[in-house]
Amino acid sequence: MFLINCPYCGERDQSEFTAGGEAHIVRPKQPTELSDDQWAEFLFMRKNIKGVQLERWNHSHGCRKWFNMVRDTSNDRIHAVYKMGQKPPIE
Amino acid sequence: MTKNLRITNNKFIDQTSRISFKFDGKILYGFKGDTLASALLANNIHLVGRSFKYHRPRGIMACGSEEPNAIVQVGKDASMTEPNTRATEIELYEGLEASSQNCWPSVNFDVGAINNFFSPIIPAAFYYKTFMWPANFWKLYEYFIRKSAGLGKSPTKPDKDIYDHRYLHCDVLVVGGGISGIMAAKTAAKNNLNTVLIDDKNILGGTTIFQQNECFKINNSYSNDWLKKEIDTLNSFKNLTIKTRTSLAAYHSYNYLLAKENLTDHLDLNEKKDKIRQRLWKIRAKKVIISTGAIERPLIFNNNDRPGIILSSSIKKYIDFYGVKCGQKISLFTNNDSAYETAISLNSSGVSVNSVVDIRDKTNSLIVKQAEKLGIKIHWKSTIVNTNGYKKINAIEIMKLSDDGTAVVGKKINEKCDCLGISGGWTPRVHLFTQSGGKLKFRDKDNVFVPDKSELDQISIGSCNGDFELDEVIKNTVNLINKFLKVNNSAYENLEIISSKEIDKKNIWLLPSDKPLGKTKPFLDFQNDSTAIDVKLALREGFKSIEHVKRYTTTGMATDQGKLSNMHALGIIAETAGVKMGELGTTTFRPPYTPLTFGAIVGRNVGEFFDITRKTPMHDWHVENKAEFENVGQWKRAWYYPIENENMYEAVQRESKAARDSAGILDASTLGKIDIQGTDASEFLNRVYTNAWSKLEIGKCRYGLMLNEDGMVYDDGVTTRLSENHYLMTTTTGGAANVLSKLEDYLQTEWPELDVYLTSVTDHYGTISICGPNSKKIISKVIPDLDLSDKEFPHMSYKNALIDNIKCRIMRISFTGEHSYEINIQSSYAKSVWEKCFEAGKDFNITPYGTETMHLLRAEKGFIIAGQDTDGTMTPVDLQMDWIISKKKYDFIGKRSLYRSDTIREDRKQLVGLLTDDPKEILEEGAQIVAETNKQPVEMLGHVTSSYFSPNLNKSIALAVIKNGKKLKGQKMFVPMKNKTINVTITDTVFLDKENKRLNA
Ligand SMILES: [Zn+2]
Repeated sequence: MFLINCPYCGERDQSEFTAGGEAHIVRPKQPTELSDDQWAEFLFMRKNIKGVQLERWNHSHGCRKWFNMVRDTSNDRIHAVYKMGQKPPIE
Repeated sequence: MTKNLRITNNKFIDQTSRISFKFDGKILYGFKGDTLASALLANNIHLVGRSFKYHRPRGIMACGSEEPNAIVQVGKDASMTEPNTRATEIELYEGLEASSQNCWPSVNFDVGAINNFFSPIIPAAFYYKTFMWPANFWKLYEYFIRKSAGLGKSPTKPDKDIYDHRYLHCDVLVVGGGISGIMAAKTAAKNNLNTVLIDDKNILGGTTIFQQNECFKINNSYSNDWLKKEIDTLNSFKNLTIKTRTSLAAYHSYNYLLAKENLTDHLDLNEKKDKIRQRLWKIRAKKVIISTGAIERPLIFNNNDRPGIILSSSIKKYIDFYGVKCGQKISLFTNNDSAYETAISLNSSGVSVNSVVDIRDKTNSLIVKQAEKLGIKIHWKSTIVNTNGYKKINAIEIMKLSDDGTAVVGKKINEKCDCLGISGGWTPRVHLFTQSGGKLKFRDKDNVFVPDKSELDQISIGSCNGDFELDEVIKNTVNLINKFLKVNNSAYENLEIISSKEIDKKNIWLLPSDKPLGKTKPFLDFQNDSTAIDVKLALREGFKSIEHVKRYTTTGMATDQGKLSNMHALGIIAETAGVKMGELGTTTFRPPYTPLTFGAIVGRNVGEFFDITRKTPMHDWHVENKAEFENVGQWKRAWYYPIENENMYEAVQRESKAARDSAGILDASTLGKIDIQGTDASEFLNRVYTNAWSKLEIGKCRYGLMLNEDGMVYDDGVTTRLSENHYLMTTTTGGAANVLSKLEDYLQTEWPELDVYLTSVTDHYGTISICGPNSKKIISKVIPDLDLSDKEFPHMSYKNALIDNIKCRIMRISFTGEHSYEINIQSSYAKSVWEKCFEAGKDFNITPYGTETMHLLRAEKGFIIAGQDTDGTMTPVDLQMDWIISKKKYDFIGKRSLYRSDTIREDRKQLVGLLTDDPKEILEEGAQIVAETNKQPVEMLGHVTSSYFSPNLNKSIALAVIKNGKKLKGQKMFVPMKNKTINVTITDTVFLDKENKRLNA
């Protein structure tokens, strides 16, 4: 079980958090102008990387804030957490 | 034939306190400090079970968690009995009752043993191959297999014991209190680190604590005396917590570990009462030191499974620790030096050692020389080709090995014995290390997997790290610990150590016999009864991966997870397939390391603590009025209120009729309520609901439908505009928490620019819904100064009011199609206001109704229930609710998905009404709908989602989803049931009051 450093609360057990899938998928501002394929790309397509991945997490049993995480899915190492709206701290 | 198998000069067993216990119904005696296994051996009982497949007699083989055979059922009580416990880990207590498990009808007479005579026809994967076909025969096989395999009996009544969970945080966790663990814990504690040391035994010290041998000395003391003094110093550290009888079950990422502490299992029956039995520790450690030791390997040779064949180091522990002789004439069989320690221990306790059979050429390490000096006979370069004795070993057959070790040569020597100790070298206990994601590397010189790389802040020390000799253990432990903890502990630096060094190594995974392999029984996995032949067969049949061979032969898949068998299985596979062991990889060890009780896993979360129960403020009233309750999520909701002997159907018919004829009252408190405030609240609602919200006047209510981004209906409810920037949203009971999370997600991540604040107020307000033609009269009695005229207080509007000076909100909204009001009031007042309403309604036969009637009444009106009539695949268009989709709004959640190619398909399943041709026939919810009756297979067009008998219409009504349903109105369909086919007609979804006249009645 991970130990997650909530950017608002500090280190807490994973059991307080909910994973929210891939990060930085921005909801299109003008959905009506998208083709079915473009909309499907936003709606369904996720990378599911083996390796370093940017993810959304929610401190659902804590401050209820959403934030982002840089996690290596191959070894579960969390490289960084950062607030919504911030740029990922790695390239 | 009672023999005295107990020696007297023993430090660890209290021979003044005798304990009586029962095994297989027989009363026996042991002493405080015994395990069940040591006490049985002291009573000369070796035979404790039957093997899984061939039902061969099996005896105690080890002395710890690696025990494959002595698996017993403890306790008789239907609520306390526990299967699959290892006799080697059960501490003896007064009143213990245990029985053999894997035998039927009894351990001495076993029906399944006939399998043994047929064993040539029971090859690897016998069970898979034979019992796979035909599939419906499995029922028959299963009964037979389960009964004769005797997998133990589960308790049939609730567990009376108390279990506990606790968290523990520390700087350093040391797992295993052998010599290296003790040194590590002391070093950590000395350096002011908050340290926890756990060990699964009742006494610290591992195997060193009973190692009293000239060949192993530290600073001129026997190693056990030196270690005893070290352990005694541990008490002085306030920052060191020691937990014995605590076994580590799981090692997860981020140094999160689970350990089970046995608190009362060793106590006498009458002392156990009212105490916590086991505690599961949830440990988060900054650093973890694994010092779990090593497991002795067996040797794989013909008939190596007879009772009386015991791991050599276990024989040593039984004599040195428990003071129990495993036999009177013991032979030893080894490929390494450690069997000589056993020989010397036995010799000094007065047990005669027949001989040591050693596969190596003559070697002359310190310990071997000592054994020779004591006159112990050694058969060099020899192997055992067979063993004799059925229920207990009585002789071994010894032959010389050929130079290459693949065959035997020369004359056969018969040696009588009543016990055989075997030692095939050592396997580091790397299970926890691999559980935590650590990678192993293979060390060729002694064929062991040792820890290599880990992602976590952890280290392995001692024999679990591949250091098997005393001087190495100490030297490497000191270095590793100092580096790992970044300290400089010099206390162990100048120790004077005497340690016998193993000079010669030799390993043969499968020892040859004078018989052809096919005629022998060299067991690999004793618990699952697989032999080396099975593994070879699997390879011949084309299996290559160790994971596949393991599953095919079941080697390593028993409750001991192959603690004894895995290395030999790997070795034989590598040898047969001609690959290097290091390249073959190893199987994965998964938690728990040793089985956990269900009690320890659930802890206190049993009975009413299993899950939270949410009750409405009026709950007690419902109880007093004999309501039956329905679980809706965690809520207890009044389901119906039977009068006298009414069943649910009768009660619901009466309640439904009363609500439409005069007045009904419903507790709607469980509906989710979200308080929405902020200058962008209207814009926010525009984006989350399908319909338009900007123009909703203050004081008005509106029904809204919420979609997922994929266009499917997610939730619905009425939202009220309380003031310019203030709304109260209601959601379904079950969807409340998810809706709030979803809205928060959008607010925080997609639309952070919106000035909107969401607060769950579900528990803050009680909601009383009063409906029916007389509802207005009742409300006017309860709140006399409120103008209830349709002009002043029309349908879909709200008013603030006072009831007994308590502020409340009255909404005129309806889920039944009747003239209807909802009173929202602070929870603490809700019950008294409910009672007030009920009192005021008595003149009008006000009838309390529950969720079932509510569902019936709304179905009459064709109102959907999200989650019952929808299932995550229904768009609003599918629900024939096109009217609620705003054409003007540029965007809302799910809008774009409503015209994806798939969502605009005309033949999607759509919501329709169904009427049965026979109005008395009530459809079953979930029943399938077809268009033809005499075609097979027939296309299933849809299913019934809601179905009731309507007392107000005096006929059966139903809602259903049917492919292309919108266009099929008026068509006949069929609902095939088990014994009959019901004829139905597709109709409109609204059955009652299509003109909505009743709303203003
Ligand atoms: Zn937080």
